[in-house]
Amino acid sequence: MLKELFHATGQLVRFILRRDRVRIPIWIVAIVLTTLTVAVALPGLYPTEQERQILAETMRNPAITSMLGPAYGIDNYTIGAMMAHEMLLFSALTVGIMSILLVTRHTRQDEESGRDEMIRSLPVGRLAHITAALLVVSLVNVILGALVGFSLYGLGIESMDLHGSLLYGAVLAVSGIFFAALTALAAQLAETSRGTLGLAFGALIVAYLVRAVGDVSSEPLALLSPLGLVLRTQVYVNNTWWPVVVTLIAGFVVGAFALYLNSSRDLGAGLIPARPGRKFASKFLLSPVGLVLRLQRTAIISWAIGMFVLAASYGSVFGDIESFFSNSELMQLLLPMTEGHALTEQFLTVVMAVLSMLSAIPAVLTVLRLKAEENANRIEPLLARAVSRPSLAGSYLVTAVMAAVVMQLLTALGFWSLTATVMDEPFSFSLILRAALVYIPAIWVMVGVAALLIGCKPRHASFAWFYLGYSFFVIYFGGLLRIPEWLKILTPFGNVPQLPVEEIHWLSLVVLTLAAAILMAFGLRGYRQRDVYG
Amino acid sequence: MSIITVRNLTKRFGNFTALNGIDLDVKQGEVFGFIGPNGAGKSTAIRILLGILKATGGEAKIFGKDVWHDAVEIHRRIAYVPGDVNLWPNLTGGEVIDLLVRLRGASHRSRREEFIERFDLDPTKKCATYSKGNRQKVALIAAFASDAELYILDEPTSGLDPLMERVFQECIAEVKAQGKTVFLSSHILSEVERLCDRVSIIRQGKIIETGSLQELRHLTRTNVVVQTARSIPSLAEMEGVHDLQETERGLSFQVDAEQLGDVIAYISQYDIISLECAPPTLEDLFLHHYEEAGGAESC
Ligand SMILES: Nc1ncnc2c1ncn2[C@@H]1O[C@H](COP(=O)(O)OP(=O)(O)OP(=O)(O)O)[C@@H](O)[C@H]1O
Ligand SMILES: [Mg+2]
Repeated sequence: MLKELFHATGQLVRFILRRDRVRIPIWIVAIVLTTLTVAVALPGLYPTEQERQILAETMRNPAITSMLGPAYGIDNYTIGAMMAHEMLLFSALTVGIMSILLVTRHTRQDEESGRDEMIRSLPVGRLAHITAALLVVSLVNVILGALVGFSLYGLGIESMDLHGSLLYGAVLAVSGIFFAALTALAAQLAETSRGTLGLAFGALIVAYLVRAVGDVSSEPLALLSPLGLVLRTQVYVNNTWWPVVVTLIAGFVVGAFALYLNSSRDLGAGLIPARPGRKFASKFLLSPVGLVLRLQRTAIISWAIGMFVLAASYGSVFGDIESFFSNSELMQLLLPMTEGHALTEQFLTVVMAVLSMLSAIPAVLTVLRLKAEENANRIEPLLARAVSRPSLAGSYLVTAVMAAVVMQLLTALGFWSLTATVMDEPFSFSLILRAALVYIPAIWVMVGVAALLIGCKPRHASFAWFYLGYSFFVIYFGGLLRIPEWLKILTPFGNVPQLPVEEIHWLSLVVLTLAAAILMAFGLRGYRQRDVYG
Repeated sequence: MSIITVRNLTKRFGNFTALNGIDLDVKQGEVFGFIGPNGAGKSTAIRILLGILKATGGEAKIFGKDVWHDAVEIHRRIAYVPGDVNLWPNLTGGEVIDLLVRLRGASHRSRREEFIERFDLDPTKKCATYSKGNRQKVALIAAFASDAELYILDEPTSGLDPLMERVFQECIAEVKAQGKTVFLSSHILSEVERLCDRVSIIRQGKIIETGSLQELRHLTRTNVVVQTARSIPSLAEMEGVHDLQETERGLSFQVDAEQLGDVIAYISQYDIISLECAPPTLEDLFLHHYEEAGGAESC
């Protein structure tokens, strides 16, 4: 009986590899190349020990810890220690995202579209497909880890020995495997692939936040998060392996639970049975904007809550940061106050930039929904009615533009709510609000880019994510990796005045808004002229 | 010998009852029709037979084996075609056929070619670019190209053109000639009428009628159109006569099967000029059952 449950897993593994023969190599190559590029660049950026030690001193503070995780080997900050400190968390997150997307694609997405029904009518075990998906994604992670490990060692950088490099790779592999298993579990709970992605990414963000708060204020809390746990390996410094083992075991347990839930449920069902909905459409639904708002309602509300919690969590570490800076004379010597601004204010600008880029996700998702609807053949019936294309696409854009504002408002509110309680000299609400709202034009530019892609290059709409990922990398690592200014100008987020440290610069805001409007206009024009496929 | 045995099968989704104690018996070598209005529970019953939904109560067996526990064992010997075929957009039709056939075990290259030709499919196209009918063909080819003893088909022709529909009917006839069993759910009643030996009608999760078409016909009224030299008095008052209408071809009415003899005897006294008696079509039967049971819910 048990063997029957897994019957034909091997064939499905081959089938999944066949389907993703382009997708998987792209992920692997992209992650390995990014890692290697940074590793190659570091020795050039910080060639002498003295320079590295200066950097090390600036790293020893709660603000950096909340962003990158705790610094190890600060007394002898080698290139290896630097690499692990600055890149490991970020890479583990990326690997997590990859695993979430791949597993969702081969579990709930196949099930939702009815393709699994055909597979399951064949002599294929009930658990074969989900097991095959987990095996493939685990294999991808192991290959990725091995490639990263061996090629880091192959660079021949003194402080990056074989042991540490392999551990570095192993951390990535087990992080990916853990989130693959978690996604498989999410796919049992949610009924749609959208819901699965929501749950899995939600879990990823929570893991990041628990780690951030834990790293700053409570070690046991940080250990609860898989992302916090894997950083305890202290790669290239102490090379501890137990967190890798623990994460792997946790992944197996979660995966086994997912299989258990899968084996006993109906195909197509989630954990919660579908409820009957409204009999008649509310008045609200009966307009294009209403329809878009209804479709995106759950996503926008969940993101809004998520942004509030995220901002509040970041706010919660500001108390520690404030007291740390006021007690550390060394820090005040090393990082001279820029034009009389406290270091907490400087860190505020960093946090706002990061949160704004996250706010851009729901806005871009809203625009891309237009494409998802087209793929599902649900645009045709609308366009066949008296709905013009510009008004349909425009409804998505309006919703996205409004979503950006809502997200930034909640970010400001969440951030203010906690900083106000934990700081001795809290920021004023208006200062926080301005620091958050100033990013709205940049988010609109991202919306515009997505609109342009959907209008003119619908096949490559996911390039919008690539662009957002690029922005994130450049802004997040701008200072640490001394990324040249011109690379930052290429992203809208690099052109935003950083309130309150910088003066507000109206011209750049106007230019960004105009750019967004032009991109959207071209997008709408393209959408009006191209074929709609369904 | 019974191929499919279903006893008192019940399926609930939350507190909605989709199947309410249905019984089915499908015998070896017969083509069994399964008809009923939208949302009656046909696809639900079929998914339970395939072991992809778990029954809430009752028993369902294929080849004498439990459909949930021995699903893999059973699936080696059956072929399934869903009504709504969704395929992997970036694979070609040929690739999908190969995948489906190979997962079933044996691979028959020549049969695959034969059916691709018969159904006139271009197997080199990406599934994303197939029309609905072409996606349907992919599933049909994969089903017929593999050796199965039982074919479970859920509205398999819902997107096919009349030409392909005919090819499909030929395929079913061949399969039947080989002594195999077919379980066919369909809304195309002429198709069911032509192909099926026995039929079950399901409505709101309950089987309301089962039998051969002959037997089912017996349960309903015969259409009669008659012209007589002398007018027939008080025909409308006779027991078993319904829907009496004056048409240009004569009097048209329906007669209950039990009263047919009496009615014919009565009207024959009035010098019949012409008499047409038509057995009820499946459509009449179908409508008769729904209307009798309270009418279709309005949409
Ligand atoms: N997962 C589910 N949750 C709740 N109700 C469901 C679910 N699946 C099916 N139903 C309900 O069960 C009933 C039977 O559905 P089923 O798909 O079996 O109908 P059908 O007879 O195949 O109809 P059609 O002829 O339209 O294909 C329907 O009322 C449907 O709404
Ligand atoms: Mg159906």
